[in-house]
Amino acid sequence: MDWFDDWALTLAVFTPLVGMAIILLIPRAEEAAIKVVALLTSLVTLAIGVGILVDFDFGNTAKMQFQVDKEWIPVINARYHLGIDGISLPLLILTMVIVPLCIIYSLDHFPEPHNPKAFLALILLLEVGMIGTFVALDLVLFFIFFEVVLLPMFFMIGVWGGPNREYASIKFFLFTLFGSALMLVSFLALYFLSKRSTFDISTLASFEGAGITRGTQVLLFAGLFLGFAIKVPMFPFHTWLPDAHTEAPTVGSVLLAAVLLKLGTYGFIRIALPILPEGAQVWAPWIGLLSVVGIIYGALCCLAQRDMKRLIAFSSVAHMGFVMLGIATLTDFGVNAAVFGMVAHGLITGMLFFLAGSIQHRYHTREMSRLGGLLVSAPKMGWILGFCAMASLGLPGLAGFWGEFPAVLSAFEPSRLANGILGNTDSTLWTFRTFMVVAAIGTVLAAGYLLWMYQRVGMGTPKPEFEDAHIHDVHRPEWVAWTPLLLGIVVFGLFPNLIFSITNDAASSITRAFSG
Amino acid sequence: MGTPYFDYHALAPVIVLAAVALLALVVDFVWKDGGRRAVPQIAGIGMLLALIPVFTLAADGETRVMFGGAFVVDNYALAFAGFFLIVGYVAVLLSYDYIDEGDYYRGEYYVLLLTSVLGMVVLASARDLITIFVAIETVTLPTFVLAGWRKHDIRSNEAAIKYFIIGVLSSAVMLYGMSLIFGLSNSTLLSEIGSVAGGDNPALFAVAIFLTLAGFAFKVSAVPFHFWAPDTYQGAPLPVTAFLSVASKAAGFVAMLSVVALGFFASPNSWQPVIWVLAAASIVVGNLAALRQTDVVRMLAYSSVAQGGFILVPLAVSGDNDAARAGFQGVLVYILIYAAMNMGAFACVIANARRTRSTEIQSFSGLGRSNPAMAVVFTVFLFSLAGIPPFAGWFAKFVMFRAVLDAGTTAAVVLGVLAAVFSVVAFFYYGTVIRRMWFHAAVDLGDTGSPRVPGALVAAMAITTTVVVVIGVYPQLFAKIGDLAFRAT
Repeated sequence: MDWFDDWALTLAVFTPLVGMAIILLIPRAEEAAIKVVALLTSLVTLAIGVGILVDFDFGNTAKMQFQVDKEWIPVINARYHLGIDGISLPLLILTMVIVPLCIIYSLDHFPEPHNPKAFLALILLLEVGMIGTFVALDLVLFFIFFEVVLLPMFFMIGVWGGPNREYASIKFFLFTLFGSALMLVSFLALYFLSKRSTFDISTLASFEGAGITRGTQVLLFAGLFLGFAIKVPMFPFHTWLPDAHTEAPTVGSVLLAAVLLKLGTYGFIRIALPILPEGAQVWAPWIGLLSVVGIIYGALCCLAQRDMKRLIAFSSVAHMGFVMLGIATLTDFGVNAAVFGMVAHGLITGMLFFLAGSIQHRYHTREMSRLGGLLVSAPKMGWILGFCAMASLGLPGLAGFWGEFPAVLSAFEPSRLANGILGNTDSTLWTFRTFMVVAAIGTVLAAGYLLWMYQRVGMGTPKPEFEDAHIHDVHRPEWVAWTPLLLGIVVFGLFPNLIFSITNDAASSITRAFSG
Repeated sequence: MGTPYFDYHALAPVIVLAAVALLALVVDFVWKDGGRRAVPQIAGIGMLLALIPVFTLAADGETRVMFGGAFVVDNYALAFAGFFLIVGYVAVLLSYDYIDEGDYYRGEYYVLLLTSVLGMVVLASARDLITIFVAIETVTLPTFVLAGWRKHDIRSNEAAIKYFIIGVLSSAVMLYGMSLIFGLSNSTLLSEIGSVAGGDNPALFAVAIFLTLAGFAFKVSAVPFHFWAPDTYQGAPLPVTAFLSVASKAAGFVAMLSVVALGFFASPNSWQPVIWVLAAASIVVGNLAALRQTDVVRMLAYSSVAQGGFILVPLAVSGDNDAARAGFQGVLVYILIYAAMNMGAFACVIANARRTRSTEIQSFSGLGRSNPAMAVVFTVFLFSLAGIPPFAGWFAKFVMFRAVLDAGTTAAVVLGVLAAVFSVVAFFYYGTVIRRMWFHAAVDLGDTGSPRVPGALVAAMAITTTVVVVIGVYPQLFAKIGDLAFRAT
C-alpha cells in the first residue's frame, strides 16, 4: 500500500474540495443532486479515514506516519508537509465522522434561508480546513488551513444564524483573526530565530527550543498563546463563543463545538509545547490558572442562563478548561487526558447541540422556562438528552469521565520543570494541587447545571402552551446522525484504552522536553 | 560623447507603446465612426503587444544598460514593466463599456491611458533622477485630464483640479529635493548618488532626501500627504479611479523603491525614519478613516491609503541587519498582489454601479441573491484585501511580516505589531461590504440600471480572480519574481 501511504492525507484534505467544486457546478434547483453529492463526498472522505485507520501503524504512534513532504514555496522555504501521529489521528477521525453526520442531520432540517447548495458547499470547505489543520506539519500550511476554517463558519453564522447573527459572526471573525495575526508573527519569528530558516514543525520541535533564549521563548509563546487560546476559547478570550453558538445554525454549532475548538488545543499540543518548551514552562501556571478560572466561571455562567443553547455553549468553556488544565501540567498524563477530553467533548457537546437544535425545531424556543416535560412529549429524545447530560457531567462509564477525571488527576503531579505561580519550580506542586481542588469543585458545579438543565427541559409536565402541540419524537435522520455519536460515548467510556493506547506514546514524545 | 548607443530590443516595449498611442490618435481622427469602436481594441492589443518584448528580454536574461546608466533593462525593470502593461490592459477592460456609454470622448481617453502606461514602463527602467522625474510626470500628467473626464459633473472637475494642484505641488517639492541632491553629489545617476551619500554635508542631504520622498509620498497618497485621494477617487470616473489607485500609485512606489534601493541605501538614517513615519501614519489613519465610510469608493480610497502603508513597511525596515533583500522583495510582491486584488475590487464596483447607479455600500445589499457569481468574486477580493488565506492577500502580508522580523529591530517590531493589529481592524470595513452582500436583503434603489455584467468587465474579473486565487494557493510564482528582481542588487 505504498501508493496509499503517499496519497492518503492529500486525498483526505482535498476530496471535500472536489465535492464542493462539483456542488458549485450543479444548478441551485437540483437540490436532491446537491445533497447526494455532499453526502457522498463526506462518506468518501470518511472511507479514506477508515483506510488510514487500517493502515496506521499502532505500534509506533509517536512517529509521524503517512508523511508527504514536497516543495511548495521554496523562496521562503515553506513546504507541503503532511503527516499524522497518535495525537492527530483521533481528532482526524472525529472530524471525518462528524461531518457526514451533520450533513445527514441537515438533509431535512435546513435552516432559513434554506439554500442547500451554499450551505453544503460551506460545510465541505470547512472540512477541508479542519482536516488540513490536523495533518499540516508546516507552520505556513497550518496557518493557511487554520484560517480557511474561518470563512465558511463566518458565512454559516451570518447567513443561516439567529436574529443577532451579524454581530455574532463579525465578533467570531475579528476575535480569531486578531489571534491568528499575532500567531503568524510568532511563526515568522520562529523561522528567523531558530537559525535554520525552516517552518517545519517536526524539525523545529526536534530542536526543543535550542538557540532561542528563555525571554524570547516567553514572548513568542505569548503570541502563539493568544492565537490558540482565542480559538479554544480560554477565559477571558471566550466572549465570542456564547454569541457564536447561540446564533449559529444547529449544524454550525455542532461543528464549532466538536471540531473547531479543538484546533486551538491541538495547536498548543502540536506547536506551542514542543517548539517552545521553556516558554511553556513559564506560562504553564498561568495557563492552568486561566483554565480553572474558565472551569468555575463557565459553570457559574451556565447556572445563570435561560437559553438552553447558551447554557451548552458556556459548558464548553468549562470543559475546554479541563482540557487546557491537562495540557498545562506539561505531562504525558495530562496531554493524554487532554486529547481524550477533546474527543469526548466533541462527541458529547456535539450531541447536546444537536439536541438543542432539534428541541428548538419542535418547540420554536430554547427558553428553558417555557420548555419542560420532554420525557412526556418525546420520551426517546428525553432519554437521549438525559444520557448526554450524564455523559457531559462526567459519569464514570461514559466518555466524558475519561476526559475530565484524568485531567484533574494530572494536576496532582505536574511536570517538575513547570513553574508555579510564584515564577519558580518550588511553588509548582502546591500551585497545581490548588488548581486540582478548584477543578474538582468545577465537576460538582457541572453536575449542578447539567442536572438543573435536564430537570427543567426533560422532567415535569409539558407547559400549557405546548400541551396540545404535537411534539415529534426522534426522526429517522436524527437516529442515523446520532447513533454513531451515542455509541462512541458508550464505547469510549467503557474502553478508554481505545484512545489512550493511541495517544500515549505520542504524548510522551511531545512532553519529552518536560520529563527532566 | 558621440551618438548614444541604442539597444532597440531593450527599448522595444517603449517604442511599441508610443507607436500604438500615436496610431490610436490617428485612427480616432481619421476614421470618425469606426474609430470609436476600434481605439479601445487598439489600446488593449497594444498593451499586450508591448508585453512580447518584455518576455523575450526576460528570456534573454541579459542586463542592458543605456544612456550612460540612466536607462537599465534588468530583471527588476522587466518585472515592473510587465506588471504595468498587464495592469494597463485590465484598465482598458474596465474602461471599455463605462467610457462607451457615458458619451465621453473615446479616442483621446485611450491615448492618454497609453501615454501614462508608457511613462510607467520607462520609470521601471529609469536609473537617474532626471529620467525618473520625466517618467513620473509622463505617468501623472495624462491622469490629471482623465480624472476630469466627466466634464459635466462638478465632482469630476473638483477631482481633477484637486489632483492637479496637489500633483504639481508635489512635483515641485520633489524636483527641489532632486536639485539639492544633484548639488551635493554632482550627479543625477542613482548609483553615483549612492556612493557619495551626501559627502561632507549629510544634514542637507537628509533634507534633500526628505523632500524627494515627500514628493513621492504625494503620488502614493501616504499619510499625511493623502488628503487629495478620497475626493479625487470619488469624483473621477470609476475606471480612472481604479487606474489611479493601482497603476499610478504603484508607479510612485516603484520610483521610491528605485531611489531608496539604488540611491540612498547607504545612508539609512536619512530615509528610514521618514518612511517609517509614512508607513505607520498611513496604516493608522487609512484604516481608521475607512471604518467610517458609507461610500464604497471612498472606503476603497482609504483602504488604498492603508494598503500603501503596508507596502511601505518592508521598505521602512529594509535598512536594518541585512533585511534589504527581504524588504525590497516584500515591496515588490505586495505591489503585484495589491494590484490584482484592488483592480478586481474596482471591476466589481463598476459592475455594481452599472446595476444600481450608486456607489453607496448600501447598494450592495442582497447581491448574494441577485447575482451570486459577482458577489462571490467581490467577496474573494475583499477577503484578499483583508489578508485572509487562501487568497493572495495573505502572502502579501506574510512577506511584509517576514521583512519586519528579518530586520528584528525594535522600530521594526513596533511597526510590525501596528500592522498586525490594524490588519484586523481592516477586516471590519471590508467585512461590512461582505455582510451587505450576503446577510442583508436587497434595498430598493428606485431607478436601476442594467443588471447585465458586460463581457469586458467579466474578463477583467476573471483575470484578477485567477491571479488572486492561484497566487493565494501557490505564492511561489510571485515570490520567484521578487527573488529574481533583486538577485543582482
